[in-house]
Amino acid sequence: AGDEAQLALLQDLEEQVDLQVDFWRGPTKPGLPADLRVPFQSLQAVKSFLEANDIAYSIMIEDVQDLLDEEKMTMTLSRRLQRSTATFDFASYHTIEEIYEWMDELVAAYPSLVSKLEIGQSYEKRPLYVLKFSTGGSGRPAIWLDTGIHSREWITQATGVWTANKVGAGDASVTAILDSMDIFFEIVTNPDGFAYTQSTNRLWRKTRSINAGSICVGVDPNRNWDAGFGGAGSSSNPCAQTYHGPYAHSESEVKAIADFILLHGNVKAAVSIHSYSQMLMFPYGYKTEAAPDYEELNELAAKAVQDLAAVYGTRYTYGSIVDTIYEAAGTTVDWAYDNGVKYSYTFELRDTGRYGFLLPASQIVPTAQETWPALLDILLHALEHPY
Amino acid sequence: MEPPPPCSAAGRAAALAAACINYRRGGPSRGLELRAVTAAATQDIDNVGRKYHLKLVLEDILEKDNVVNCTAEILYHLGNKNAAPDVDFTIEGELKNTDEQDNIFYNQIKSLKKELVAQNIPDSHGNVPPEMEPIRLLARVAAGYVAWQNSTENTRYELAQIKDVRQVKRSDDYLEFDYMVLLHEFVSQEIIPWQMRVLWHPQHGVKVTQNSRQPKPAEY
Repeated sequence: AGDEAQLALLQDLEEQVDLQVDFWRGPTKPGLPADLRVPFQSLQAVKSFLEANDIAYSIMIEDVQDLLDEEKMTMTLSRRLQRSTATFDFASYHTIEEIYEWMDELVAAYPSLVSKLEIGQSYEKRPLYVLKFSTGGSGRPAIWLDTGIHSREWITQATGVWTANKVGAGDASVTAILDSMDIFFEIVTNPDGFAYTQSTNRLWRKTRSINAGSICVGVDPNRNWDAGFGGAGSSSNPCAQTYHGPYAHSESEVKAIADFILLHGNVKAAVSIHSYSQMLMFPYGYKTEAAPDYEELNELAAKAVQDLAAVYGTRYTYGSIVDTIYEAAGTTVDWAYDNGVKYSYTFELRDTGRYGFLLPASQIVPTAQETWPALLDILLHALEHPY
Repeated sequence: MEPPPPCSAAGRAAALAAACINYRRGGPSRGLELRAVTAAATQDIDNVGRKYHLKLVLEDILEKDNVVNCTAEILYHLGNKNAAPDVDFTIEGELKNTDEQDNIFYNQIKSLKKELVAQNIPDSHGNVPPEMEPIRLLARVAAGYVAWQNSTENTRYELAQIKDVRQVKRSDDYLEFDYMVLLHEFVSQEIIPWQMRVLWHPQHGVKVTQNSRQPKPAEY
């Protein structure tokens, strides 16, 4: 605006609502420029107005939409370029496709240590991939890890990716374990649910299986295991978030793991990772009676949460599932424990409710970093206490 | 010395106490969050209900080092299950004064040309635009009220997300917002849509003038 009069004219222009002129930098003082975005249909009118009043103007951006389209394309390209493990952005949330692509990159980068298995298919026929970390041998005692069984708990799949990368890249802390044990890691344990959280409902928890006779979809995969199945702490209502399903292992996602662990026959530790609450728990959830190994499991949990807190001061509570969080029947860890896997633990990662399931991506790496020593405590204990 | 892990029921009572304290003392520039439970005891009162005696540590969301100790008593009523639990609390020490930030927020909203409208706070990736933080903290305060009114010994509510917030035009000094939020109930793991009308003024605090549970949409 050149002078007070021109300033007033520009302010008038702003008030002409039907022109829909969008001021990116408003007219405030004479001598200072103003920036406007003008919709196509108002271009002629605005140009005439400016010219008629001797208001000098220049075109900074010909077509805003073009810029937006270009930006979108750049973002898509950048996502594709993140394929390589060296440039994979661990500090952001990824789609299933990106995670599966990264998995292949990990296998390609460390072929003597990492391989990918398909242990089954989801309800919607997505592959259930498990990363195997092994330095050789056959039928070695093994560790089972899973993340993302509840699809809305995005921090878990993201922590899983970071952790699998650390193991695959041959971190020194895990060498002793890999010398005599294998690690099996399922990162996207509920791919149908995960896809649904990205396409439709960010807060979806269950599988996406159709329930006969109900409009409600999905079964809670952490209530579907054959351990106190159908008991208190699970629901028989298909519309409920804790619906246990028509029968134990009805969900292909659950059956695949159960079959895998039973067939393997030598799994010594199982850790199932959830969010949120900041808790480390062990069996039981389906009964209040203490597990036979309660003392040992409790002591190990105490040490693990202490080592976790040492990283960033994050406080965890710990104990049996029923004591710490609530009664829950048909859980992964109760089943694993009842089927011979002594060191069965479940984590509830950050936070305690401030962001809950919608944990900012900036917390992914710190969460993974602090969880690592706690996880190691459990794995090392399993290594040093064969049974 | 590390306190023993709280049993799950005490944890829920503590979360309720924190929600109540946040409702009473929180605002667009102050969010109080439960950091730890340092003591918990229960007392059964014949024909009345169960009382929880709690010692808590709360922290200020905006300033993690700002920490206060509280004692709280929660009575869950036996008879009328629809009655809200009684919550009494005392805070030891001072909470940081937020007058300056409150006034900045107040003036920012008052000077908006059009009434504020926003969706999905936080978004799927947990992002909250800085200018939306006070809007979110205000929702948290109001959600604390809703949680208190609807809690039993077997529930724990957290604010999961603001789906929609619209400022309501007013002719007086108050700011008013109509929120549609999603509450996360811990024990059932349900996501419950809830509508809240929230009034706020820097000198008069927060008031939830109206709230209602909404039907669960099919895709939930």
